[in-house]
Amino acid sequence: MDHSTAFAPKIKIHNLSFYYGSYQALKPMAFEIPENRVTAFIGPSGCGKSTLLRTFNRMYELYPNQRATGEIMMDGENILDPHQDLNMLRAKIGMVFQKPTPFPMSVFDNIVFGIKLYENLSRRELEERVEWALRKAALWDEVKAILNQSGTSLSGGQQQRLCIARAIAVKPEVLLLDEPASALDPISTARIEELIHELKEDYTIAIVTHNMQQAARVSDYTAYMYLGELIEFGRTDEIFIKPKRKETEDYITGRFG
Amino acid sequence: MNPIYRRRRLVNAFNLFVSMLTVAFGLFVLAWILWTLVNNGLQAIELTIFMQSTPPPGSNGGLANAILGSFLMTLIAVLIGTPVGILAGTYLAEYGRGGWLAPATRFINDILLSAPSIVIGLFVYAVYVANVRHFSGWAGTFALSLIVIPVVLKTTENMLRLIPNSLREAAAALGAPRWKIITMVTLRASRAGIITGILLAVARISGETAPLLFTSLNNQFWSSNLNAPMANLPVVIFQFAMSPYVDWQRLAWGGALLITVAVLIFNIIGRTLFGQKLPLQ
Repeated sequence: MDHSTAFAPKIKIHNLSFYYGSYQALKPMAFEIPENRVTAFIGPSGCGKSTLLRTFNRMYELYPNQRATGEIMMDGENILDPHQDLNMLRAKIGMVFQKPTPFPMSVFDNIVFGIKLYENLSRRELEERVEWALRKAALWDEVKAILNQSGTSLSGGQQQRLCIARAIAVKPEVLLLDEPASALDPISTARIEELIHELKEDYTIAIVTHNMQQAARVSDYTAYMYLGELIEFGRTDEIFIKPKRKETEDYITGRFG
Repeated sequence: MNPIYRRRRLVNAFNLFVSMLTVAFGLFVLAWILWTLVNNGLQAIELTIFMQSTPPPGSNGGLANAILGSFLMTLIAVLIGTPVGILAGTYLAEYGRGGWLAPATRFINDILLSAPSIVIGLFVYAVYVANVRHFSGWAGTFALSLIVIPVVLKTTENMLRLIPNSLREAAAALGAPRWKIITMVTLRASRAGIITGILLAVARISGETAPLLFTSLNNQFWSSNLNAPMANLPVVIFQFAMSPYVDWQRLAWGGALLITVAVLIFNIIGRTLFGQKLPLQ
């Protein structure tokens, strides 16, 4: 584990604000997301943690009247710069959502969909990549015999791991997880947490979670948010054992929220 | 027994009884219609009905020319109306979030959807038939396709709206451009519903009489020339059923049964092929 704050930042957030129409959902904030580490965002419902996550790949742009200001620097470029190629950006920053979202196609095609967008692979290479991604997502053994079945026919936990496989199959640099286990049973949740642990060797992971134990288990760094503000950011063990701010302590000990 | 609970049980029993009564009434009328149709139509169904063209009164004949005309005009109308309907419906559901164009289109489409079909027949008569100065299969096809478009457009839009945004977000998160999201994910997810819409449109136009009266009119002879007046089942039924000749009336019953059976078959095909898969998971 890292000590103090000595890490290589992958994403630097500076003066970031976010608006739904005229309502300011994120107050100006600044922090850094370390490379090849897991950063968790916790806080009560409506505190803006999902909103924050959705600025990293500009997912909010699918909807009118939503906008972000400030800077999100990744590899020296501002993600929020309107000149950024949005699709190329999203290919580098994968995302997994709260509810599993398998596409209406076979398990195999679900994973191939993203790969084919930016890579021209032979059939053999595609098959290898699909197997690689499914193995990484700990799903291969369960679906290797039913690759041609519809992705929607899998169980909820399998669907979610399929979505993770689909996200890593395009080999992104960053993985955004928006409450990836909240709709799953404890066994599937444990699997996904193990997976996060393995994935952080290769990816920078940002995870939003309602579950504080989960944040404590999987993350290296934790950000506590409240009412659109970043209250505290630091190493997970520090945040959970001796938080600097009273609000953080109240939330973590369950005296609030 | 608890009086609140007893009252609830009574209300429940009463409502259940009334709703079953209305179901029975609806089914009774439907069965009556079908019974009359089958009873009268079945006597007219012989092999000659598919082999011979519509006869002059008093001689033998069939409905072959009307079956061919109905088939051709329905097929081409669907081929014209479906792409227009799907493309426009996709625009409304996927692109028409802001601006005035989408709401205006949706409003006009709703009017077109509920427009009496005779108005559509008169419209095609005025802009096409009156100008070329003859009735034709093309005019009939055009009128029918005007009925197909709003049906397909509406179902396409509604089906696409049922697709949760999370699916669009998931595709966008992989870096997929918008057209790819629409063609590969959302349209594919709503495929079953859209095909049902097309089949509904086929069922609707295969029985339409009014728009064909002013456009394709009728033709006594076997003809596949779309540039000439064209026989078709609804207009033949209309003319023959109103005639005083018994053999014509018999053929009209046969034609009515044919249309009903054809619509039934379309629906069964649609349901068995695409019915099991709902548009969502």
